[in-house]
Amino acid sequence: MTVDKKTALELYSKMLLIRFCEESIAARYHSEKKMRCPTHLSTGQEAVPAAAGQALRSDDFVVSTHRSHGHYLGKGGDLNRMIAEIHGKKSGCSRGWGGSMHLIDRSVGFVGSTAIVAGTIPVGVGLGLSIKLKKTDQVSCVFLGDAATEEGVFYESVNFAVVKQLPVLFICENNLYSVYSHLKVRQPEGRSIASMVQGMGCSAVSGNGNDVAESYEKISTAVASIRNGNGPVFLEFATYRWREHCGPDFDNHIGYRSEEEFKEWKKKDPVEAFENKLLLDNVIDKSMIDELKSMTQALVDNAFELADRDEFPDFYDNSVFKEVIR
Amino acid sequence: MSHSMTFSQAINDALSTAMHIDKNVICYGLGTPDPKGIFGTSLGLQEKFGPERVFDMPCSENGMTGIAIGASLNGIRPVMTHQRLDFFLLAMDQLINNAANWKYMFGGNGGSVPITIRLIIGRGWGQGPTHSQSLHSWFAHVPGLKVVSPTTAKDAKGLLLSSIFDDDPVLFLEHRWLHNHTEEVPEGDFRLPLGKASLLREGSDLSVVSMSYMTVEAIHAIDYLHKECNVNCDLIDLRSINPIDWKTIVDSVRKTGRLLVLDTGWETLSVAGEIIARCATECFDSFKCPPVRMALQDCPTPTSCALTKNYYKEAADVGQAIAKMLNIEISLEPLKQLRGINHDVPGDWFKGPF
Repeated sequence: MTVDKKTALELYSKMLLIRFCEESIAARYHSEKKMRCPTHLSTGQEAVPAAAGQALRSDDFVVSTHRSHGHYLGKGGDLNRMIAEIHGKKSGCSRGWGGSMHLIDRSVGFVGSTAIVAGTIPVGVGLGLSIKLKKTDQVSCVFLGDAATEEGVFYESVNFAVVKQLPVLFICENNLYSVYSHLKVRQPEGRSIASMVQGMGCSAVSGNGNDVAESYEKISTAVASIRNGNGPVFLEFATYRWREHCGPDFDNHIGYRSEEEFKEWKKKDPVEAFENKLLLDNVIDKSMIDELKSMTQALVDNAFELADRDEFPDFYDNSVFKEVIR
Repeated sequence: MSHSMTFSQAINDALSTAMHIDKNVICYGLGTPDPKGIFGTSLGLQEKFGPERVFDMPCSENGMTGIAIGASLNGIRPVMTHQRLDFFLLAMDQLINNAANWKYMFGGNGGSVPITIRLIIGRGWGQGPTHSQSLHSWFAHVPGLKVVSPTTAKDAKGLLLSSIFDDDPVLFLEHRWLHNHTEEVPEGDFRLPLGKASLLREGSDLSVVSMSYMTVEAIHAIDYLHKECNVNCDLIDLRSINPIDWKTIVDSVRKTGRLLVLDTGWETLSVAGEIIARCATECFDSFKCPPVRMALQDCPTPTSCALTKNYYKEAADVGQAIAKMLNIEISLEPLKQLRGINHDVPGDWFKGPF
């Protein structure tokens, strides 16, 4: 075991929460028809969000993407308010105005997720600039996917972070697909994203994004370096989303990727792999796992129940925005 | 206390005042600390406030807009400047998807985005299609953005300070031809409220609603018509294009029954068109003659000074429109001679190159 027992249990719990949350959304999405917004699920990609949430402090900043449930929960974002938000309800983290793609919990440093590819990358760098100006030792963490590295604003943002040596951690979860388009039709084969970013003068490291312990160590090392004033770090983690780009279903049959490829990745299930490791290392036993799982599922079920009971917001109750809305 | 200063000195004064008041105000933009200091508007700021708060930037308009947004979410008040508005078109993603939406899309829990973006609009001297676009109507169309466009030096200072300390994203449009306008400007923390138009001339015959540099041409036309044939017009300088001071406009139209709107942008789907639409719905019965909008012909800006002659509107065009609406005959030749210099420069002070 390379991480201590307490940390290992935290990482495992965070991954379970993300997994159960996403799978519950998937299970209820079509049958209940109460989550009436696009949802991009993180099932299969739980390790990196859990590791980042664990490695960062609560006052560190995080910005994220369309696939942000994991990042939000990993950072400690309120579960009930996220589920309410996906239901468009008043107690949602964005008061029901944002939906699945616009999550926020400033109380734990989750500054926001938005749904334009690469859209929050400069926002995260700007938070990094503010940290430098205010001379605190926080870190600003920017989550992005592989396709975001094809956007111009990615290069603009990394460049500025390097020029000003800002306290920014870029975490790229490379899951090989942008919607249905494989990486190889979007970027030259054989060119690694991390090496390319290294070429921009930014320290860059790659790793196995389905190994939560490895992810945690690499992120922790990067965070420590950034906190020590050594400038931005870019981390690229290889991983894979199990379900369709947007929505609750599996889509291996529609032709853009193969069932075989999915099965290969499913064998590398980050939750199961870590669970086996914990059992093997005697950190946890089967009964503890069962207890943790049923506790987590109960938390998630409760969140759905609360969301269901909550009210919808009123379109005309927009006192907060009176100056913005004409 | 006040001092006589140019529009660009007033901008500089506002920036300096804001940075004195609040250490969270920062200024950046291509050329901000360079020897020319963006037409003098940012001269000396880096020396006064240091390179951490006043700095040049990479040619990354979209990224740097997002960076302003991110910094503002943690209490910084960035002022970003573009020497021409046209370069800022690269930043529409961050401006509209993020800055304009942020407050709303997180239900108010995301905080606000107190950024100010100064955009300079060119005219004449061969600025051509990519250095003179006046796109205030784009910005004003988007809920969540404020659009400010002062005409005078005093207004420039008062409105820039209010823009910087406003909690919403503000686009602050400066017409290049106004940079040399000189008047008495109050010293210190002098602020003017956003969203209030200014009544520069008063009269009951006709309402002229104008913005930015076109207000200068309007003043010449209105003063000439007053002197020559005792025509009295209201001249409303918008100052703020979003929000618009509808009350001042509608009250004036109710009084005069005649409305001429001058716009520095293109005619179709212009702010001028919106003002006429609003007046038509709010005080249709007041109209004594059809309202008129005077804006740019719907074509890209030509470059040659031979072509811009017929592209831009001047005092004589404004005078002619007013005379036509009031059904009076008047020679506009003296108004045409008034300028006394080539049509493609604002005055002798402008020597190019941009």
